[in-house]
Amino acid sequence: MADALPLIWAGLLAFAILAYVVLDGFDLGVGILFLVEHDEADRDVMMNTVAPVWDGNETWLVLGGGGLFAVFPLAYAVVMPALYAAIIGMLLALVLRGVAFEFRFKTRTRLGRRLWNIAFTVGSLVAALCQGLALGGLVQGVHIARRAYAGGWWDWVTGFTILCGLAVAAGYALLGATWLIWRTEGELQARCRRHARALGVAVLALIVVVSLWTPMLNPRFMARWFAWPEIALTSPVPILVALLAWAFWHGLSRRHDATPFLAVLGWFVLCYVGLGISLFPYIVPPDLTIWQAAAPPASQGFLLVGAVVLVPIILAYTAYAYWVFRGKVRPGMHYH
Amino acid sequence: MSNLDAVFLARLQFAFTLGFHIIFPAFSIGLASYLAVLEGLWLRTGRQVFLDLFHYWIKIFAIGFAMGVVSGVVMSYQFGTNWGSFSDKAGPVIGPLMGYEVLTAFFLESGFLGVMLFGMNRVGRGLHFLATCLVAIGTLISAFWILAVNSWMQTPAGFTMTPDGRFLPADWLAIIFNPSFPYRFIHMVLATYLSVAFLVGAVGAWHLLRDRTNEGARVMFSMALWMALFVAPIQIFAGDAHGLNTLLHQPVKVAAMEGDWVDPTGDEGDSLVLFAWPDQEAAANRAEIAIPHLGSLILTHSWSGAIKGLRDWTPAERPPVAVVFYAFRIMVALGFLMAGAGLLGAFLRWRGRLYDAPWLHRIMVVMAPSGFLALLAGWTVTEVGRQPYTVYGLLRTTDSASPIAAPGVAASLLAFVVVYFLVYGAGIAFLLRQMARPPLPGEGGVPKSPTHAAGLMPGPAGAIEDIPPTAAE
Ligand code: HDD
Ligand code: HEM
Ligand code: HEM
Repeated sequence: MADALPLIWAGLLAFAILAYVVLDGFDLGVGILFLVEHDEADRDVMMNTVAPVWDGNETWLVLGGGGLFAVFPLAYAVVMPALYAAIIGMLLALVLRGVAFEFRFKTRTRLGRRLWNIAFTVGSLVAALCQGLALGGLVQGVHIARRAYAGGWWDWVTGFTILCGLAVAAGYALLGATWLIWRTEGELQARCRRHARALGVAVLALIVVVSLWTPMLNPRFMARWFAWPEIALTSPVPILVALLAWAFWHGLSRRHDATPFLAVLGWFVLCYVGLGISLFPYIVPPDLTIWQAAAPPASQGFLLVGAVVLVPIILAYTAYAYWVFRGKVRPGMHYH
Repeated sequence: MSNLDAVFLARLQFAFTLGFHIIFPAFSIGLASYLAVLEGLWLRTGRQVFLDLFHYWIKIFAIGFAMGVVSGVVMSYQFGTNWGSFSDKAGPVIGPLMGYEVLTAFFLESGFLGVMLFGMNRVGRGLHFLATCLVAIGTLISAFWILAVNSWMQTPAGFTMTPDGRFLPADWLAIIFNPSFPYRFIHMVLATYLSVAFLVGAVGAWHLLRDRTNEGARVMFSMALWMALFVAPIQIFAGDAHGLNTLLHQPVKVAAMEGDWVDPTGDEGDSLVLFAWPDQEAAANRAEIAIPHLGSLILTHSWSGAIKGLRDWTPAERPPVAVVFYAFRIMVALGFLMAGAGLLGAFLRWRGRLYDAPWLHRIMVVMAPSGFLALLAGWTVTEVGRQPYTVYGLLRTTDSASPIAAPGVAASLLAFVVVYFLVYGAGIAFLLRQMARPPLPGEGGVPKSPTHAAGLMPGPAGAIEDIPPTAAE
């Protein structure tokens, strides 16, 4: 049992982070799309599709960070300093965009409106980029000496991390665009279909490049993906990505509401599974496994009891909150 | 650059970000409970004024809550970014408590916040009231866990230590209900209630000064003074008990609060220092004004009981005395002022002149920030007073920091300062503007049409005063 606890927790945390990525992913994406959607009435609608739920979405990030602190404290203690600038950048960006939900509707001057639009857009974009940079930084490996990060505070900046930053930002924008296809109608919806088409191509290309680059970072990753018999297990991942790509295009051209969003969600899940295949059993490559980073069983067991009871309840009332605010959001229907 | 500079900057950064954070949670905790009371009163009595006040304050709540959330997300990552070594060592003990905070409190608050703010006409009155109550309860649960964490750092219990200095949990109940936790939890929750009471009272007073007949203003002013009358004395009592408990577990902190350097001789007893200029170098007070024996009376409840003076500890073990000493006096003075305001209010109420005493209204307006100031002062006492440790007596602050060089910490501190002043400055301006509007009968608030929550705005939703809506950008 003591050996299984870290495994269970790795799974639970992976779920929390995935939940964060897809949930906050679409609402960050909506913010990024402010870059190309300039009409204030449309922006009101866009923002109102996420206003009642963004706070709950972001709580998964707190669970990811807080959970890591609780059950893999060593990983938390090493990764946060190693990715210092990316994490701080993300936090500041989230501050800016989080308050913009309230402030943008409260301001009464044109300058104020413009300022909080910028805060919302730039905050969303920078948060997405920083999350991608942090992800890339983690995957390419963090050097540890005597239970602490051993390196400088900019070591993580490489071509690979920058590519990951772009990939995540583009992926979030695509999620946002497909979310808006689902939740809006009329011209805004039609434009989002066009955005989704362009972004879909870009994201697919980025997925391919990142997927080819990742195995080259670490011989262990390479063996995972291309050696026999592992390849029998890993090859379905790219095949499924291709199938979902077909569903995405089909949904877009047939003007389905929800299919494109669900297909993109599928991409995210698959990339995430792929990442898990590369990393496992390491939580901080190249040296730290989930067992080495784990808190003692007393800590992991104590929190697990709560998680097993509470996570299903949380999922239930989160679903309820989404259900209360279901349906198309129309101009003039303001949550503010 | 030495490690010391980086540690000092990290402390500054923590104090700065948490100092901002704590204001808004205090606001959210107090106001969420107040909103639940208002909605409950409305459902029970059907009086329109309670619904009006609910709608009036929920707009203010929404702004404060957003700031509480985003500043809180920063806090949950600060332990790792700046206090990595602390996280590795203490994580197994305090991490799960913070995990429980996320699972039991944050999800509850954020899950029902949307319904509370925007859902009145979507879910019906009963469910909406339930959502309001769940948000209020969530804020209290959150305070419970985070104060358990902080109290454990002050008075650690229920753990064992590895040879390399890591803490391992042994008894969870002892960890959560550590010796200072009950005192700190009660004192803090009362502090949030008082802070919000004085804010509500000040807003009521402000509008009474303009229009004595405004019913909403009268009701909130009256409610606030009831709170002041009862809660301020309880807070003084709770603070006294808290201090006695601290004397038991962190005597050096109490010595710093009292500005007490030397042990009394014979039956001289400890005096109560009213004013002084504590001099850390000389280990003595300058310009001291003190009342003999009163210190003994308060702290030991006897005429000449003695407490240990700061000189009983080596200089390296002493916290920065002047900061603790002054912060403590600010908090206590504000506490007595609040109790005084409560008594004045009760007296005028008895004479039937509560709403016709502009001088009292002016006093209450001036006291608007008093609760928040006392709260910050109190935290300063607690936190600075436990230096030089993060986990009291066991883990030094200098051994807690992340291996980030000083320029890195300085750059991020600067970024926090810039962004926080911009964002929270604007937020406070929005709050003040909202509070400057009088509460009106038929106050808009929560949706008129199914999703129309225009009431969260004074005007039509999204309206901008200096441009016609269609011309907006
Ligand atoms: C006694 C109260 C108290 C104290 C001392 C703290 N907090 Fe706090 N915190 C709250 C009371 C609170 C709250 C009332 O529950 C908030 C305020 C507004 C809100 O949304 O919840 C909150 C929000 C909040 C959030 C956002 C939750 C969300 O996404 O909804 C996080 C991550 C934290 N806090 C984390 C911390 C950390 C790491 C702290 C210490 C270092 C801390 N808080 C001190
Ligand atoms: C909420 C109100 C709080 C305020 C205003 C506050 C204020 C401060 C201040 C002023 C310092 C710097 C002290 C110094 O370096 O001289 C500090 C340090 C610190 N506090 Fe608190 N604190 C609060 C709550 C908490 C809580 C709830 C926790 C734990 C969960 C906590 C953990 C720490 C840690 C880890 C440090 C850094 C190490 C140190 O400098 O002592 N604080 N805080
Ligand atoms: C006159 C009465 C008061 C007394 C005697 C008193 C006493 C104390 C003491 C001894 C501490 C430090 C405890 C420690 O760290 O060991 C403390 C902390 C604190 N005080 Fe007070 N206090 C009083 C009034 C107030 C008021 C009016 C407020 C706010 C409205 C307040 C808010 C706080 C807070 C937030 C803390 C830090 C958290 C904690 O340790 O509880 N206090 N108080």
